[in-house]
Amino acid sequence: MTYYMLSPRSSAAGRRPMTEDEMKHTTEAVLELEAEIKSAGVWVFGGRLHEPSTATVVRPSGDGVMTTDGPFAETKDHLGGFYVINAKDLDDALGWASKVSSLVQTAIEVRPFVDEMTS
Amino acid sequence: MTRDKALIGRIFRSESGRATAALISLFGDIDLAEDAVQEAFAIALSKWPVTGVPPNPGAWVTATARNRAIDRLRRDARGAKLLRDVAAQASTSRSSSEPSEGEVVPDDRLRLIFTCCHPALAPQAQVELTLRLLCGLSTADVARAFLTSEPTMAKRLVRAKHKIKTAKIPYRVPEQSELPDRLPRVLTAIYLTYTTGQARPAAEPDLGAEAVRLGRILRLLMPDEPEVAGLLALMLLTESRRASRTNAEGELVLLRDQDRTRWDRKLIEEGQALVRWCLRRDQPGPYQLQAAIAAVHAEAITFQGTDWHQILALYDQLIRVAPTPVVALNRAVALGEVYGADAALREIDDLALLDYHPFHAARAEFLQRLGRAEDAARAYRAASSLAPNGPGKQYLRQQAETLS
Repeated sequence: MTYYMLSPRSSAAGRRPMTEDEMKHTTEAVLELEAEIKSAGVWVFGGRLHEPSTATVVRPSGDGVMTTDGPFAETKDHLGGFYVINAKDLDDALGWASKVSSLVQTAIEVRPFVDEMTS
Repeated sequence: MTRDKALIGRIFRSESGRATAALISLFGDIDLAEDAVQEAFAIALSKWPVTGVPPNPGAWVTATARNRAIDRLRRDARGAKLLRDVAAQASTSRSSSEPSEGEVVPDDRLRLIFTCCHPALAPQAQVELTLRLLCGLSTADVARAFLTSEPTMAKRLVRAKHKIKTAKIPYRVPEQSELPDRLPRVLTAIYLTYTTGQARPAAEPDLGAEAVRLGRILRLLMPDEPEVAGLLALMLLTESRRASRTNAEGELVLLRDQDRTRWDRKLIEEGQALVRWCLRRDQPGPYQLQAAIAAVHAEAITFQGTDWHQILALYDQLIRVAPTPVVALNRAVALGEVYGADAALREIDDLALLDYHPFHAARAEFLQRLGRAEDAARAYRAASSLAPNGPGKQYLRQQAETLS
């Protein structure tokens, strides 16, 4: 088994905001899919993040660090949330990623973790 | 001795894909499999000239490489553990873990092809890895095939193998339900190998021959897939014209000017038999239709005698399953042979293929037929500046010069 991070690229630009009804449907479907991932025994961790404007950035500065209002200005896409799953192999991980991708209609990056995580 | 060496090299390379696949299957380690097969080759080079080629070279190569791999693994603790795991698995699945020369080696090449052509790898890396692992081409040969340096190619191959290992790309044949997505990638990789070879007909290694070899292996391993048969037929029928495609000076000879008596009848018959098999299966796909078009060309005794109506009908079918601008361009060329240059140009001018040299070459050809020499020369120049180096580029440049 290998741990994979599934990170959707959610770019707010160019996308019509969802209606309240659509939002409700999508949330329900996402919860359903998450339940499916859990019952398949591959779920490790996952969560959604608040919008980028709520981010704060800490960076090295001189001897110390400097805290500023976030997010990273240079990135166009922002991480809207992510999953960590423990899958048999890449095909298994891609199977789950495909389900998430077609549900939330965004590209998903699938990346293996270096070592087995300690949980 | 050098003749021996070349002969052993040939035999070895024809067996190395199967041995590499078998070893990856056993030990799950591509590098180990490659090194062990390479060691087995060195042993063959010193042994075979004395003992002669063994009666079953394939089994010899696999058994020898497997022994070398086991020796290597015994040398360190992690390897020894892997060996125990492998032995434990083998004792439950197979009767013996000790290799013997006479046994039948299971064919794991299909799994290896699907791993090499996994969509998680870049298309170019898929081709390079397939040539390295399944065709047994050296890294230097793969580098030469794609006009790059050996260190650069080595880096690319290492990167692809690293991804297979770390991202855990599985070593398995996809299930039937996955094939519509996965099989076309394998076919594309093989056909890309073929067309790369076609652009440089005299180059070594001979990518055309390697692609045909891969096509035959795939046909053997997936005998029920019509598109696999279609791809092999397409390559065989195209390959049958290889000798007539360039003249003694190495210059390009167009289909209409080719000496058809030099076409390889044996390859044509084999290709046509495959096309007939596909027709009986009646599940047409892009490769089968292109093969059928090549078969119609092969049947014509002269260029003028070509059944262009039949070819156009096949392109009509092809554009329905593969609606790409490139197919539209080829269809327009066939249309020109049936309905004339004006009709062809009307179709061609609508296509968004300005960066594709055959687009300009086809335009040039029809403009020339209409007597528009200046426009034709300009189009030939555009085509030749975009074409990759080789006989095709030379031909286009000459055409432009003759017209201006």
